[in-house]
Amino acid sequence: MVAECVENKKVLIKGNFAIAQAAINAGCECYFGYPITPQSEIGEFMSGKMQELGRAYVSAESELAAINMVLGACSTGVKAMSSSSSCAVALMQEALSYATADELPVVLVSVMRGGPGLGNIYPSQGDYFQSTKGGGNGDYKLIVLAPSTVQECADLTYKAFYLAQKYKNPTVLLADGLLGQMMEPVEFKPYPYPEIDNSSWALTGAKGRDGRIIRSYAPLADNQCEFLEKLYEKYRKIEENETEWEEIGTEDADIVLVSFGSTSRNVKTAAKLCRQKGLKVGVFRPITLFPFPNKRLNELADRVKKFITVEVNMGQMVNDVKLAVNGKAPVELIHKGVGAPPSPEDIMSQIEELI
Amino acid sequence: MATQVFKIADTFRKDAKYTFCPGCDHGVAIRLVAEVLDELGLRDNAIVAAAIGCSVTIYDFLNIDALESPHGRAMAEATGIKRARPDKFVFTYQGDGDFASIGLAESMHAALRGEKLSAICINNTTYGMTGGQLGPTTLVGQVTTTSPTGRNLEYYGYPIKIAEHIALCDGTAFSARVSLDTVANIRKAKQAIKKAFEVQMKGLGFGFVEILSSCPTNWRMTPEQAHDRVRNEMMEVFKPGIYKDITEN
Repeated sequence: MVAECVENKKVLIKGNFAIAQAAINAGCECYFGYPITPQSEIGEFMSGKMQELGRAYVSAESELAAINMVLGACSTGVKAMSSSSSCAVALMQEALSYATADELPVVLVSVMRGGPGLGNIYPSQGDYFQSTKGGGNGDYKLIVLAPSTVQECADLTYKAFYLAQKYKNPTVLLADGLLGQMMEPVEFKPYPYPEIDNSSWALTGAKGRDGRIIRSYAPLADNQCEFLEKLYEKYRKIEENETEWEEIGTEDADIVLVSFGSTSRNVKTAAKLCRQKGLKVGVFRPITLFPFPNKRLNELADRVKKFITVEVNMGQMVNDVKLAVNGKAPVELIHKGVGAPPSPEDIMSQIEELI
Repeated sequence: MATQVFKIADTFRKDAKYTFCPGCDHGVAIRLVAEVLDELGLRDNAIVAAAIGCSVTIYDFLNIDALESPHGRAMAEATGIKRARPDKFVFTYQGDGDFASIGLAESMHAALRGEKLSAICINNTTYGMTGGQLGPTTLVGQVTTTSPTGRNLEYYGYPIKIAEHIALCDGTAFSARVSLDTVANIRKAKQAIKKAFEVQMKGLGFGFVEILSSCPTNWRMTPEQAHDRVRNEMMEVFKPGIYKDITEN
């Protein structure tokens, strides 16, 4: 199941395998994980492939251990990752908070399933809050990338490693059970990003210099204020440079459907069906959930009559859309708690009810 | 002619300020670690995973690369460092709460996997930094701020004998318990730390040393009384000794 990087050659592959293969192509040196459906194929693939390549794979005793092993590996300057799902990603929140404070380029693949609690293994987008608002302590942000196709699972895995390294900030690839389990054709291009020099901070042994300390413990309040200002300056830079989204038919749209990840695919079809009925409907798909495309949504709100977010959760991203639109236009919600996204026909009929 | 009888280890940070309570054994333990790093020529190649609690300040004393870990996770951080850079010398310096309570899973599994790591665990029978609460090693009968009438078994259960448990793990190459209550015992402690470091250097497996330590502040004792307690109460239950040494066979 190893897919080589061959230009113009497509392979039919599951989303979970595409993510794992892309991580290997991106130069991921260490994988630490603990099984959980619907992403266990990532660890299964890694266990064989990493050994074969002379890289590190550890079947960790828990998700707590797995993500902390990633912190350890990242502190030495190598690319390292873990992958998990919902209730188990919940266990990793403390370490993600530490990784933001330690400024470590952690990559975490989060393949969402139904919650809260153990929930179920159906696809879900219920961890939008968990990823973008943070379940850990303190003021911090994770960079969050949301693929909508298996090809994007691969491409955004590359990008996750790059952005994590570039900004020394933990980065989450937020997929869901549908993308993880679905097969689609993928073309693996070579890792397209420049390698980041981390020799100024990585722990390599203190030969010829003083020991470096990677720490978050800040006993003095003033120092911590200063650090937080610096951290948020970095987040502003990320917002400026890395915000990414897709727009379809928004030029003349009266109604803009806002949707991310796998759900956005049915939303795009629903928009087409609406157009056939003469409704001017466009689609806005955030690709980065942090940074969230606030600015562009606010611009669109100057002429769009209504925004409707479509999500497979009880309504999470809708809050960010409301903040972005800032009262310039009404923001409605079409949602389903858990499972496969609502069908295009279902979405269309709900749109008709809302207008 | 003057004879040098004491030298501050090169691995010690020159600007280090002593921040432990008077009579605390952390100072001696960290000195021993620094001396062993010097003597084995490990300073330039060492990375320490620091823990949470009083032990976290190890990076203020040792002039080596250091990564702070969340509470209980130092062994996981150390595993990540070692797997990423197998050529480095990697160790942890943890308290008993960190190593054997919140971090017991990480500690046991690092030993079971036979990670090429070394771990130093300071056992002072209490949570020191937070003000002396009942911990995994609190002795039966011991009064703490969360066992105000003493640790009774019916209510609190048993303390853990850490060095014995780690010795039971197949991946452990060396496991010992030492104390710092006398000069002779300090010398033995240094030898044990050296052994725990050497088994990693030789790639033999997991090296572990549990150090019985005083905590005069939280025990409400003078430093002298505290060392008497280490000798008369702790060493009765937590017997010093080498519990596993695969190089001896």
